[in-house]
Amino acid sequence: MTDPVGAGTVIHETPLANRHEALGARMIDFAGWQMPVQYGSILDEHRSVRERAGLSALSHMGELLVEGPGAGDALARALVSNPPMLSVGRAHYSMICAPDGGILDDLIVYRLAEDRYMVVANAANAQVVSDALAERIEGSRAVLDDQSLATGLVAVQGPRSADVLAPLTDVDLSALRYYGIADGAVAGIPAHVARTGYTGEDGFEVFVETARTGALWDALLERVRAEGGGPVGLGARDTLRLEAGMPLYGNELDETTTPYDAGLGRVVKLDKPIDFVGRTALERVAADGPKRRLVGLIVEGRGIARHGYQVHREDRRTGVVTSGTQSPTLGVPIAMAYVAPGDAEPGTMVDIEIRDARIPARVVPLPFYRRSDRP
Amino acid sequence: MSAPTDLRYTRDHEWVRVDGDQATVGITQYAADQLGDIVFVELPDTGRDLEESKAFGVVESVKAVSDLFAPLSGTVTSTNDALTANPELVNSDPYGDGWMITITIADASEMDDLLDGPAYDDLVAVG
Repeated sequence: MTDPVGAGTVIHETPLANRHEALGARMIDFAGWQMPVQYGSILDEHRSVRERAGLSALSHMGELLVEGPGAGDALARALVSNPPMLSVGRAHYSMICAPDGGILDDLIVYRLAEDRYMVVANAANAQVVSDALAERIEGSRAVLDDQSLATGLVAVQGPRSADVLAPLTDVDLSALRYYGIADGAVAGIPAHVARTGYTGEDGFEVFVETARTGALWDALLERVRAEGGGPVGLGARDTLRLEAGMPLYGNELDETTTPYDAGLGRVVKLDKPIDFVGRTALERVAADGPKRRLVGLIVEGRGIARHGYQVHREDRRTGVVTSGTQSPTLGVPIAMAYVAPGDAEPGTMVDIEIRDARIPARVVPLPFYRRSDRP
Repeated sequence: MSAPTDLRYTRDHEWVRVDGDQATVGITQYAADQLGDIVFVELPDTGRDLEESKAFGVVESVKAVSDLFAPLSGTVTSTNDALTANPELVNSDPYGDGWMITITIADASEMDDLLDGPAYDDLVAVG
């Protein structure tokens, strides 16, 4: 058997490293952070989030504060979305693109106050985003404050998330809608509580100062266990987001991909009243259409499609798989792939090259899974 | 957790149970635990000739794809079809219901390269 255990060089340790170790987590190096990939069974962790609640440590994410009277306009110039359109206490999904329209990272932008925004970046890109924002807001009446190392982040995800959190917080969760954020205390710790996540379930992301992340984790884990859940590692988070049709930077998104390729053109606000980095290139893609399209695939033969496997339609290569796994919820192999625009229509049959065989797969609409009580 | 002493092992974490010229092959508890939840097993057709230390199949967990390597040269005489519908048997009973293939051994001298239980335990203890 090939060695299933990899090795990497550790640069950062999260504030919860001792706790993950005590919980028996298998740790991996992820973007220079020592992170838990699983505590026990990935399938059990996945199901706990779909059916009850799960707790994830996400302190490796980047938190970048942009503040000042010009903060909104500065972000509108730096990103493809239009942050000044957000009400205070609201958030949206966004991207930061290169001048050629390639995606540098996908982001969540929260408007914390009239003149204060928090941009949350992927761990692997936090420095790139921080540097690009610093450069792009220069000369505007706004300052960038990179709080990534000073901020701890813990996510509670699953249908019982509100039951987990409610006894611990003074934030009115019934008034906190999807993609809302409020300030309050959780387990007595000052926190931003956001109703966001990356699992396709209801849930919350709780931002606190790094030094108090351990106490927050302990209090939330006790409540998650009381609701029948437990800790959830990166392994289950990957299968959860894939079922929910959410892209992962490095798989579905990279510098050679535009938001339109990924089916996320709605995030790009070409009509915003301000010029932004990448606009000219993105206008062209919007007008001409992308050269490839992200699709969902369900494998109909025997085999699991994985990142990098080739996709064919009849005798012609049409694209490549970006993510794939056996779906724990659906019980069939699912994948996302880039294919030629003409092959992207749901119902199209393609073949995936899995080792020496070509295995049939059907193009399906994304997401693969949508929760029934969607707010 | 000690490896059963009636089996022989490869350094790639396959086990072999020898009965005359027949050998049953699977992966060890250690390997199954390292992989985690196994969701797919791909095995060769009956009648195929395997060459020692060459890949003969694939085992996939939720996250990872791993090749299976033949512990001995020989001809496949049967495969465990139960793994098609229930690949998790490899996790729950790796030395029993999670077996993978049986082969007719081509060259019994290759057995000398296999580890016994205590030697395999030492291997996984070192990591």
